[in-house]
Amino acid sequence: MVLLNVIIIVFLILCAIAVEKTKDLLSAVVILSAYTLMMSVLWLILHTPDVALTEAAIGAGVTCILFIAVIMRTERYER
Amino acid sequence: MNDIIIKSITRLIIPFIQLYGVYIILHGHVSPGGGFAGGAMIGTSLVLYTLVFGIDKSKQKFSHRVSEYAESGGILLYVSLGLIGIVITGSFLTNIEAGFPIGNPGSVLSGGMIPLLMVGIGIKVASTFITLFHTLIEEEVV
Repeated sequence: MVLLNVIIIVFLILCAIAVEKTKDLLSAVVILSAYTLMMSVLWLILHTPDVALTEAAIGAGVTCILFIAVIMRTERYER
Repeated sequence: MNDIIIKSITRLIIPFIQLYGVYIILHGHVSPGGGFAGGAMIGTSLVLYTLVFGIDKSKQKFSHRVSEYAESGGILLYVSLGLIGIVITGSFLTNIEAGFPIGNPGSVLSGGMIPLLMVGIGIKVASTFITLFHTLIEEEVV
């Protein structure tokens, strides 16, 4: 169980660094969505299924869709 | 998007997403989840419909007027249930002492008025998400 925790936290750190490094904003949104989904698994391991459910619905669903809608109205690549 | 596969899968999967959202809302007081999470699921299914079938067809299904009534109705349901408590016992959102039936603990029909509050929150959150997305999509670029 400790090993699973370590794997998830390392994945979260790598995702956070990748979001900051990438210049393609659409890729950044997809990486952020993966980050949120893994965060939801971490909440489930920490015995808070309520927060996990809300995190999966809001973070991976609605936030991702709203960011993509904004990218559709503006530019895809960071200058 | 004019892809036959995406349209067929969307038509197939949307009722199940909405059914799961209704399940999460109605079981909000006995299991994880509640009005906010279930309403977000229903709102996301409507956003998926807009993404696949276009803004015009989605406007026919869930127009701005319907969204106005849903948002105002959800919050009015919540506030009026709270006002019942003020009238009977003197404090806002009084549950069991105001005469709501308590039911068997653990079953769906228990907890007094909490399921009704969850229904109000769910309606409001779902219509808020779809209104937000429609506003972002159809607004003109300056």
